[in-house]
Amino acid sequence: MSTRLARGGRLINRRKAVTVTFNGRNYKGFEGDTLASALLANDQMLVGRSFKYHRPRGIVASGAEEPNGLVNLGQGGGFEPNARVTTTEVFEGLTAESQNHWPSLEFDVGAINTALSRFLPAGFYYKMFLHPRSFWKHVYEPFIRQSAGLGQAPKARDQDTYEQFNAHVDVLVVGGGLAGLQAALTAGQSGLRVLLIEQSAHWGGRAAVDDPLIDGTPAEFWIKTAVQRLAALPNVRLRTRTMGAGVYDHGYALAHERLTDHAPEAGKPRHRLWRIRAGKIVTATGMIERPLSFAGNDIPGVMLASAVRDYAVDFGVSIGDRTVVVTNNDDAYRTAMVLHQAGLIVPAIIDARVQADGALVRAARDLGIRVETGRAIARVKGGKRVTGVTICAHAGEGSGLEDIACDAVAMSGGWSPVVHLWSHCGGKLIWDEGLAMFRPDATRPPTGADGAGFVFPVGGANGMLRTADVLTDAVAVGASVSGQAAGDVPVAVDSEQGAILPVWLMPQGATLKLRQKMWLDYQNDVKVSDVQLAAREGYESVEHAKRYTTLGMATDQGKLSNINGLAVLSGAINTPIPQVGTTTFRPPYTPISMGAIAGVARGDLFQPVRKTPIHGWHEASGAEFEPVGLWRRPYAFLQGHESAHEAVNREVLNVRRNVGLLDASTLGKLIVKGPDAGRFLDMLYTNVMSTLPVGKCRYGLMCNENGFLIDDGVVVRMAEDTWLCHTTTGGADRIHAHMEDWLQCEWWDWKVYVANVTEQYAQIAVVGPNARKVLEKLDGMDVTKEVLPFMTSADGTLGGIAARVFRISFSGELSYEIAVPASQGRAFWDACLAAGAEFGIQPYGTECLHVLRAEKGFIMIGDETDGTVIPQDLNLGWAISKKKSDYLGKRGQERSHMVDPKRWKLVGLETVDGSVIPDGAYAVGTGTNANGQKNTQGRVTSTYFSPTLGKGIAMGLVERGPERMGEVIPFTKGNGTTVDVRIVDQVFYDKAGAKQDG
Amino acid sequence: MLTLTCPYCGVAADETELAAGGEAHLKRFGPGSTDAEFDTYMFARENPKGVHFERWRHAYGCGKWFLAARDTNTLEVFGTYPAQSSAPPQHIRDAITAKRPGWTWRDFA
Repeated sequence: MSTRLARGGRLINRRKAVTVTFNGRNYKGFEGDTLASALLANDQMLVGRSFKYHRPRGIVASGAEEPNGLVNLGQGGGFEPNARVTTTEVFEGLTAESQNHWPSLEFDVGAINTALSRFLPAGFYYKMFLHPRSFWKHVYEPFIRQSAGLGQAPKARDQDTYEQFNAHVDVLVVGGGLAGLQAALTAGQSGLRVLLIEQSAHWGGRAAVDDPLIDGTPAEFWIKTAVQRLAALPNVRLRTRTMGAGVYDHGYALAHERLTDHAPEAGKPRHRLWRIRAGKIVTATGMIERPLSFAGNDIPGVMLASAVRDYAVDFGVSIGDRTVVVTNNDDAYRTAMVLHQAGLIVPAIIDARVQADGALVRAARDLGIRVETGRAIARVKGGKRVTGVTICAHAGEGSGLEDIACDAVAMSGGWSPVVHLWSHCGGKLIWDEGLAMFRPDATRPPTGADGAGFVFPVGGANGMLRTADVLTDAVAVGASVSGQAAGDVPVAVDSEQGAILPVWLMPQGATLKLRQKMWLDYQNDVKVSDVQLAAREGYESVEHAKRYTTLGMATDQGKLSNINGLAVLSGAINTPIPQVGTTTFRPPYTPISMGAIAGVARGDLFQPVRKTPIHGWHEASGAEFEPVGLWRRPYAFLQGHESAHEAVNREVLNVRRNVGLLDASTLGKLIVKGPDAGRFLDMLYTNVMSTLPVGKCRYGLMCNENGFLIDDGVVVRMAEDTWLCHTTTGGADRIHAHMEDWLQCEWWDWKVYVANVTEQYAQIAVVGPNARKVLEKLDGMDVTKEVLPFMTSADGTLGGIAARVFRISFSGELSYEIAVPASQGRAFWDACLAAGAEFGIQPYGTECLHVLRAEKGFIMIGDETDGTVIPQDLNLGWAISKKKSDYLGKRGQERSHMVDPKRWKLVGLETVDGSVIPDGAYAVGTGTNANGQKNTQGRVTSTYFSPTLGKGIAMGLVERGPERMGEVIPFTKGNGTTVDVRIVDQVFYDKAGAKQDG
Repeated sequence: MLTLTCPYCGVAADETELAAGGEAHLKRFGPGSTDAEFDTYMFARENPKGVHFERWRHAYGCGKWFLAARDTNTLEVFGTYPAQSSAPPQHIRDAITAKRPGWTWRDFA
């Protein structure tokens, strides 16, 4: 039984009871409890089921390393899976549910897997689900999906808010134990900006539990004083509940602050992600105790010795009345003495070492505690709870010498420094043979921009076990990172410690039967025998063995299991531990919430929305929007009850018959100006722009050096040294950057400026047979064919608004595009609608624009092009200068593959039955390829219903297409059938171009 | 996340302010070049573990392209300099030599 002791519990407030709910039952805890301590105080040891075998799982640890105590927390919009009970602080009304069991935690059908464990060895999934292949989709995958994952994904939208915070500091200290506090104190004296963060709610780490004397005072008092001194320094910031999640290049670090998890409050952010730029980073992240590998070490009631001690001292909770301590080092003796002093029974300390006579060992013996040296636990007895242990000689194979009844086992396999943050950015480790631990190698730190190390491990994280060493290290590091001479070190008194005996198997010669019950990874059910099997099957690299066995995967990332696992691997392949090495440590240290990663970037703030000056009118006028880059453009304007499709058809016919109005403000507008502007544009465009007369427009194509088409648009020469380049809507910023790149990096002596004026102008297209009448009614400029013919431009006023008018057409109709200052855009739009009313004017959207251009056979960047298409593929040879010696892409287009006559080229496509071909459909060729798939000979790039022609029309790229006019070939319809399609001219409407010239 | 100092505006810019532009000091080959020359210009890139020269743009800052000399392994930055350089300036080469004696990169040393 685990229960609350009558006395003790330095972190709890016994005057304030708190009720929490676990699996529907209420439990009484105290303010200051973690969910783990509250459950343990009520004898709720069983908290979950393991991943593979659904074994009963109890709490093992007292901190972030806990692998078993993972629960679903909260409900609905406040639901969170995989919350660790050991780091979840209780509050009134907390609700939690255990995970990975059915139908209940106490009785789980999946536990049958444990009886079948012989058939579920390492690599089971890889071996089992290989054959027959046909089983994969309907048998194996549904089964694996059903059993995958511990927690459940939240179903409701997250009700909480999150935020992010940028911080720039000189020194970031991660970890608020003795080492972190002292390092921050020393560094803080320099006046540098220091940020000290601690993952838990309390300062001092585990020091107050072990209680060394510091400067003649109890550790708890020293900690309190240190925090007060730090708080008094204006240059030092302190944050608890803030976990150092990751260290990245050049002193960048992420920290995750849990603001209201412990006291939910509406209106306050739940988590805060700190994005920190630190000059130097001190990692004072302490150590984590290792489990021991003995048979039955996963039975609830087997716990880390330090955790047993923490629960007793911090929360006044006893794990059992009779606790057997098993260890290979001196530190676990502290647990035995704490329990003994609390009046609990320690039947024996089982010490694998033949000789144990350190100060702590002597003290335990002096208290009359039975100490058995050279002994091991052969097996733990019990099912859902420990009932006893069988002890044996550690040197042997596990023959039982004696059974000891107990209801808890406190184990200690030694300590591992928390080296995660040191390693994230490339810090290397060395294996310390004497201490049996990997610790940071100070000679190979992660390096910053100046080539020097920027991460400084200190205290336990640096392999220090004794308080005096920790504080000396902290003063030295604190002084070094702040450029000072080391000052006075607090005087610490604690017990010296005898040497550790590395124990990776207990007993060292354990039989296979025992090894099959020795858990390395409690969460993922990886046993000693699994790692040994993986090694035998050739998975000798630690990274391979990890993935094959799943050792150290999932939420705890092997905080308890990694070192034990690689030591077992080391033994299995007869390679020393340092050569086996560790798996890669990757951020975050413990999982952080997706909400914190997103911050405020959700909903309306997910990304900025660009709006044209006329956007408000669109919203008020039935527009269905579609995203185009960051813009929202009207897809169509719906009238009454019509569908979007009906609206598009109406808009197309109205443009063809009367006049339409398009908000083209999103078109990119780049001013290119300077003495060398013409020469520059001749390099950028495939045709010649330098010879364009002032006031004239010319369609241009832009390619990259590979020869592939990247953008198109109309270029206007505005003055002798000034051109206006129109780009596609999505291309403005990209093409602007493209121009700057070539100007700055290749032709940097050319005198050219580029300015992106896209948002400075609203641009409105007035399109259709009545377009001229509308502009004439607006009045102010001569827009007749004689004064302003096709492909020319003029400045003037229309309806009293300054306007630049371009006679260009993307529809095949008589068309004017009018640019006005952005501030006048809405006024000009309204004026056009008023003036055009009598001529049947209607606004139209992007889909109508697409249909109009497709009817006319005009290409669209992104439809007809996909980054592998050259202008020649699109029959645009007329827009490629033969005279120019060079332009971007010219050399690329000369390559053999680009001039291959078998290239797919643009043609018009018409179904024989008049239907609309599915977008992206492939033309079926003859024969099959190497994979047995049918060969293709073309694909659809644009496909629409043409209301003008009353049938489906399309464009596509077809092998030797232009040579095959009139040929009928099959295209796939996506449902297994094909449709016959005739290859035709890509211009479906007004082939002579009489209308746009009108 | 790297920090690089823009040589134009002097800002020590976070990587999020910058746009990477691949290898520096490429020599352009256009029409008239051989297939091998063009292929090398387009596709052949250094992939060193150590000293490297890269193009970066202070995209969310002053907008200028610049070049950076850094160590891809240790992340040490030897210096940044204007994009209008056909070879690393001498003070950059000296800075690299001080830290990486005997370094070479393409034809530079």
